[in-house]
Amino acid sequence: MREIKPEQLEDMARGAGILGTGGGGDPYVGKLLAQQAMREHGPVTIVDINEVPADATVVAISGMGAPTVSLEKLPAGTEEVTALRALEKTLNRRATHLMPIEVGGLNSMVPFIAAAQTGLPLVDGDAMGRAFPEAQMVLPALIGVTVAPMAVADDKGNTLVLQTVSNLWTERLARTACVEMGCSVSCADTVMRGDQLAESLVPATLTLAENLGRAVREARTAHTDPVEAAADMLNGVRLLTGKVVDVQRRTSGGFARGDARLEGIGTDTNRTLELSFQNEHLLARRDGEIIATTPDLICVLDTDTGEPVTTENMRYGLRVTVLGVPCDPRWLTPGGIELAGPRYFGYETDHVSLPT
Amino acid sequence: MRIGIDVGGTNTDAVLLDGDRVLATVKSPTTPEVTGGVVAAISAVLTGSGVPPGAVTAVMIGTTHFVNALVEGARLAPTAAVRLGLPAAASLPPMVDWPARLRAALSPADGEPAVYQCHGGHEYDGRPISPLDPEELRRTAADIAARGVRSVAISSIFSPVSADDELRAAEILAAELGPEIHLSLSHDIGRVGLLPRENATIVNAALRDLAVQIVEAFTRSLTEAGITAPLFLSQNDGTLMDVEHARRHPVATFASGPTNSMRGAAYLSGLTDCAVVDIGGTTADVGMLVGGFPREASGEAELAGVRTNFRIPDVLSLGIGGGSLVDLITPTVGPRSVGYQLTEKALVFGGDTLTATDLAVAAGRAEIGDPSHIAHLERTKVEAALAHIAERIAETVDRMRTSPGPIPVVAVGGGSVLVGDTLPGFPDVRRPDHYAVANAIGAAIAQVGGEVDRVFQIPEGHRDTVLAEAKAEAIAHAEKAGARPNSVTIVDVEEVPLAYLPGGATRIRVKAVGDLDLTRLEESRA
Repeated sequence: MREIKPEQLEDMARGAGILGTGGGGDPYVGKLLAQQAMREHGPVTIVDINEVPADATVVAISGMGAPTVSLEKLPAGTEEVTALRALEKTLNRRATHLMPIEVGGLNSMVPFIAAAQTGLPLVDGDAMGRAFPEAQMVLPALIGVTVAPMAVADDKGNTLVLQTVSNLWTERLARTACVEMGCSVSCADTVMRGDQLAESLVPATLTLAENLGRAVREARTAHTDPVEAAADMLNGVRLLTGKVVDVQRRTSGGFARGDARLEGIGTDTNRTLELSFQNEHLLARRDGEIIATTPDLICVLDTDTGEPVTTENMRYGLRVTVLGVPCDPRWLTPGGIELAGPRYFGYETDHVSLPT
Repeated sequence: MRIGIDVGGTNTDAVLLDGDRVLATVKSPTTPEVTGGVVAAISAVLTGSGVPPGAVTAVMIGTTHFVNALVEGARLAPTAAVRLGLPAAASLPPMVDWPARLRAALSPADGEPAVYQCHGGHEYDGRPISPLDPEELRRTAADIAARGVRSVAISSIFSPVSADDELRAAEILAAELGPEIHLSLSHDIGRVGLLPRENATIVNAALRDLAVQIVEAFTRSLTEAGITAPLFLSQNDGTLMDVEHARRHPVATFASGPTNSMRGAAYLSGLTDCAVVDIGGTTADVGMLVGGFPREASGEAELAGVRTNFRIPDVLSLGIGGGSLVDLITPTVGPRSVGYQLTEKALVFGGDTLTATDLAVAAGRAEIGDPSHIAHLERTKVEAALAHIAERIAETVDRMRTSPGPIPVVAVGGGSVLVGDTLPGFPDVRRPDHYAVANAIGAAIAQVGGEVDRVFQIPEGHRDTVLAEAKAEAIAHAEKAGARPNSVTIVDVEEVPLAYLPGGATRIRVKAVGDLDLTRLEESRA
């Protein structure tokens, strides 16, 4: 158990951006919101998974929508607690703990807003260990935990509680509602008992994000290699250091898809790397050969600063280093691969282990 | 005939162009009082060429006054920020992410930032979030008036999609606060991303008084120099704005310096795709020209600790310039520099400091000052130090390039005598005529632009129609800004579908530029 103060979110947001693997939204606004809430209501307590009582009621708090919209239509600030209260009314009991659904990107910061406003402790762990685009792509689904009942609240005060027959229906209905509500909403869902957490959350990921962000910042201050610092912290493999020479985008199936081509520089001269992304980076081919796939993390970092580069900001001429980072091993079980393996995203390949 | 002027912190450079020909150039010290330096520069190019003031058809000025005012936190007016969007965005009030020092600099006499959140604003698809409340805006106006604030920034959620609420709010505030009030509207200033767009709008509002003064000083300079031709200011993207626009949009000048250097380098060398190295007294700035325009940096630009989102050229700076201090033993050059004191401190000027300029003279690359002061320098050591400079500049150019193919490098700026005809890995290095005043040339040759950047709904199968609409709109903007109709071309198209958002919502950005219509200007003057 430890207390998190507003200034600690700087490092955590930087690390969460890296763990977002190009998606999950820029944590900047989320960080400002969380800091504002913490200044108003006091610091947030985060607890290890093994500190949560077996009979605890744990609720995931997250945002859903388009990151571009969330950078323009900032929240009212009431959405998270409104969603939580609506969910509690349906459950007929109060939440005792909150948790992040994903550690990657904006959603690492959103639960801090609700935790500060309610005073509830926040679990140091998350349901992905990275960022994924759809509601059903969570490890608790592998042990039968459902996303619904799910409460959704918008900036205007509208709330909605979904009771569904499957996680896919939850995703589908929530996504439709989200668009109608203005493409930026907050959700309370994935209700778990304390004794289910160890089996279905990736532990200590908030701490990992903070340590990762700190390592990158300190490397920068010390004029050592921030990308190396990130790779060390994550047991990551450097796939290529190069320049973005082409980016192609298209929209299909409601999601922004695209490919980026990188040409190697320095020791990687004459090598190429192709990245395929759909909000997140999902597949990497080096010199034509697939060397990394979802659910492993493909992290694109600015070579000079170690700052994460989002898929929306992939641009011609950026100098980046691509890291492959092993995912939580539970994602590599048949159930995990079915939820978030390359074939789910339409790539005709099995998962490929990262090069060593 | 056009005069281009670059007013920098140290020097004011001016050039006189007749069509494609450079008739005269001058480099003179910038004066603390604006008018004197500009008058002196204009007079010098006119006298140098024997051209009468009446033959000048336009004057273009690039200036660092406004960005410097923000960096120094000085000469900023008390400013109010009015945001429309409640209940959305209530969680983060305007100026929430500003440095305390600047927030204080913009606050009225009572010391509290004048920030207001009101109803209004739109969703991403143009639906209203909540109706605008005229009564709420009138109350806000009364408070602004009571606090003695005379410049107001108005931002509305998704105003790049629908500017209606900003325009209506501006009408109401103008009616309440009188014709003297300055209003800056966010849809005029920036792009999608509320906080950075709002920040840029607030900065603009805070500079409005200064903009009126500076534009007035420039106009007076022209009058004193006997010129009746119209005045234009350079913008961040290398295009021009007229005086009326400049008074209202001072923030659009912020990155015009590097842009003008690069555009000038393109013009002088005749190249449209190349690397540009602009070497001044303290730094070498490296950028890339793509299709005749500077490649722009991705993401947001932080200026004096304020996050804004206008596009600025992608430039890497290296601490090497003509005034850089040199240690011949190691050898190292820079980042410390004698800066503007070069003509007192450098050995060739009889000073006591070994500078990079002394190396260039010793190696016979430049004839500056008195070479007898450096006769004692050991030739091999001079060559080694110059090789070190060449390597570091080449490394920076290599980091900026985007393909392994051969690219020419154009060296401009007063300090470009530091580099020779080649750099390691770059066999083609050019230093065109008039290299020292490339920035003033860039100002003189600037074109007029128009831009569209907003979220469009693209129904299935209608991509081409929507793109065509966006292009037509950008061209219309360019013509409205003074471009000759048949000269306007589209120079950039960018389409980014919004992530995690079904339904074809796509952010489209189109930029068009054309030649300034001088005939139309002359007709309107006649």
